[in-house]
Amino acid sequence: MTDPLSPPPKKDPQKRTRVPALPSGMRSRAALGLAVAAAEGRFMLQGCEACGALQYPPRDACSTCLSVDLKWRDVEPTGQLIAETTVRTSTSVYFRERTPWRVGSVKLDAGPSVMAHVHGDVAREAAVRLINRLDKSGQGVFFALPVDGSANMADDPQLRELTADPKFRRVLITDARNENSVALAKAFADAGATTIFVGEPEGWRPYPHRAALAAIANVAIVPLDVTDTQSVTELAGEIGGKTDILVNNARFIRPGGIMDRGDTVFARDEFETNVLGLMRLAQAFGPPMRNRGADGVNSAAAWVNILSVYAYANMPAYGVFSASNAAALSLSQCLRAEMAPGGVRVLNVYTGPTEDEWHQPLPPPKVAPSALARSVVAGLKDGLEDVYVGDVAKDLIERWRQGPKLLEREMIAEAGEAR
Amino acid sequence: MNAVDIKSADLLAQMAGAIASGSIEVVDLTHTLDQDFPVIILPPEFGQCARFRMEEISAYDHRGPAWKWHNISLCEHTGTHFDAPSHWISGRDIPNGNVDEIPVDRFVGPVCVIDCSAGARQNEDFELTPEIILDWEKSHGPIPADSWVLMRTDWSKRRGAHYLNMRDDGPHSPGPTPDAIRLLVEERGIRGFGTETVGTDAGQGMHYTPPYPAHFILHGAGRYGLQCLNNLDRLPPTGAVIVATPLKIKKGTGSPLRVIALVPGKDA
Repeated sequence: MTDPLSPPPKKDPQKRTRVPALPSGMRSRAALGLAVAAAEGRFMLQGCEACGALQYPPRDACSTCLSVDLKWRDVEPTGQLIAETTVRTSTSVYFRERTPWRVGSVKLDAGPSVMAHVHGDVAREAAVRLINRLDKSGQGVFFALPVDGSANMADDPQLRELTADPKFRRVLITDARNENSVALAKAFADAGATTIFVGEPEGWRPYPHRAALAAIANVAIVPLDVTDTQSVTELAGEIGGKTDILVNNARFIRPGGIMDRGDTVFARDEFETNVLGLMRLAQAFGPPMRNRGADGVNSAAAWVNILSVYAYANMPAYGVFSASNAAALSLSQCLRAEMAPGGVRVLNVYTGPTEDEWHQPLPPPKVAPSALARSVVAGLKDGLEDVYVGDVAKDLIERWRQGPKLLEREMIAEAGEAR
Repeated sequence: MNAVDIKSADLLAQMAGAIASGSIEVVDLTHTLDQDFPVIILPPEFGQCARFRMEEISAYDHRGPAWKWHNISLCEHTGTHFDAPSHWISGRDIPNGNVDEIPVDRFVGPVCVIDCSAGARQNEDFELTPEIILDWEKSHGPIPADSWVLMRTDWSKRRGAHYLNMRDDGPHSPGPTPDAIRLLVEERGIRGFGTETVGTDAGQGMHYTPPYPAHFILHGAGRYGLQCLNNLDRLPPTGAVIVATPLKIKKGTGSPLRVIALVPGKDA
C-alpha cells in the first residue's frame, strides 16, 4: 500500500516557492502521438497498416517491414514488469528533486516491451496495468500500476506528478450563478478538495441554488464577475496564490445565429463572458498558478475550461454561442502554451447540449450537471487534457476527426431539417 | 444692455457668490458609476441593460508612460440616469424626444420633493397616489407647472440585494400609481418625474394598467424621467433647483448623468 497523502502543512513564509522544473520535453513528431493519446487517457501504440506489427517506441517507419503506413491503435494495456530499478540521483533537475524514482520495462501482452514509470505498489515481475499519461512537460509517458489497484494508489508521489488530483487542493469555480455550480462544488468536496471558492457575480440579485451551494462543506462564496476586470483582478490578488485548480464554468448562452438575432448585443455578452472572461481570468490567475506548479502537495495543478463541443463545428441554432466557444478553444491552446513552463495542465471539457433553460426545447440526450461534474473531477484525477462528456460530444468529435468539412455539411443539413 | 439683462447678470453673480459662500448648497444626487450597482433585470430572453464596465488602457506604464485612462462601457440606462421620451413606445413620435434634441433649458429647473420615506419603510410596494400628492400640496402649495417632481423613498440607502429587492414574482420597490402620474402630467404639467429606485415605476409596475405607467404616461406626453437618484433626503420639499444634463448622444433614449441640486441654505 501507499502511504496516504498527508494534508500539506501551512506554507513557511521564509521559504522560497520552488521554481517549477520540467522533465525533458523534446520528442519527435512521431512520438507526439503518445501525447495525443495521453491527452484523452488512451493507451495507444503505433500499428503498421501493411504488416500488422505493433511497435514501440514510435518511429516514422515500421521496424518490421519499413512501411510508413502507421496508425495509432488502442491497445490492451496489460503486461508484466520484466525489469525495474529505482533512480537515486539524476542530472535532470526535475528528477533530481523527486528521487527516488522507480522505472522499469514492461512486456505488453500485445507484444512490444515498453519503458514505464512504475508505481510503488507494483511487485517485482508482477502483472501490471499500464496507463498513458501526460507528464509535467505535456509528453505522453507510460505508468505501470498494480493490476488490481492498491490502498491509497492515487497518493503515490510519482503518479501524483501525472495527475491533477483535487485531494488536498484548493479549487476556484468561477460562476456560482451557473446551475452546474452546485454539482461541481459537491464533486470537488467529495474528491477531497480543502477549499472550494465559488465566484459569485452580481450578488445584488438572488438565484435559486445559493443556499444549496453555501451548504456544501468547504465552500466559500466570493465576489467574482468574469466580465469585470477589476473584480477578477481583486479576487486574484486575494486568492490567486492559493488557487490550485481553476474551473471556469462561467458561460453566457442564448439561442440564435446571425440573421435571426438582428443585433450584436447577445453576441457581445457571449464573447465578453466566454472569451474575454477566460482571458481576464488567465491574465489574473495564470501567472500565480504558473509560478506554483511545483509547490508541494497542493501545488497549482490544472486549469479547466468547460466548452461547447460546437467549438469544433458551428451549430447554427446556437451559432454565435458556438462561435464564442470556437474562440475560447483557440485561446485555451494559447493558454496551454503559456501554462506549460509551470507544468500546469489545461483541461478542456467539451459538452453537447446541457440540461438547462437554454436547451429546454432540445430533445435528449442532454448533459446533466452531475455528469459534467463527474467528468471534470475524473479528468483531473486522470490528468487529462481533453474530455468529451456525453453521447453528443463524443459523437461530434468522432465525426470531426473523420472529416471537418463533412461534419460542417452535416451540421448545415441538420439545421435545414430542424427548420 | 437692457434692464432685464442687467438684472439677470446680477442674479447670476449673486448666485455664484452664494454658491461660493455656501449659502446655496450644491447637493450631488448621483450614485457613483460602479460595476456592482444594480441595473433593471428583464426576463432573460430579452436584451439586457449593460452593466458599467471599465478597462484600463494604460496606467503610466508601457502601454502609455505618462498617462492613465480607461475605456468604459455601459447602457444609456445604467446607474443614475435620465430617460428621454423616445425611451418608451408611447413617446417614440414625440418631436425632440431624443437626448441630443432636447433643448438645454429643460435640463435646469425647479423641483418639488414628495417625501414617501416613512411609507416606503413600512411597505416595500408603497404607492404614490393622487391623495398623497394633494395632501402634499395642502402643506406646500400647488406643484408649479414645468417643475420636476421627485419621489423620496430613501431607497438610495439600500445596498446589494435589498435595492432591486428581487423575488420570484419580480422586484418589489415603491412607485407611482397610474392616477398619480396622470395627475402630475395632465393636471400639473410637470417637466419630469424622478425616483431613487432603479426605474421611475414601482418594482411591480408591470401589473398596472397601463403597465409601467410612469414610463408610458410621462414619455407619451414628452416628459422626462430620472432614476437611481441619491441624497433626496437632503432636498427641501420646494425651493431647490436641479441641473440634470444628459450626455448629447445622437438619437439617445437616455443617458447616465451627474445630477446636482442647488439648495437654499438655512439663511435663505
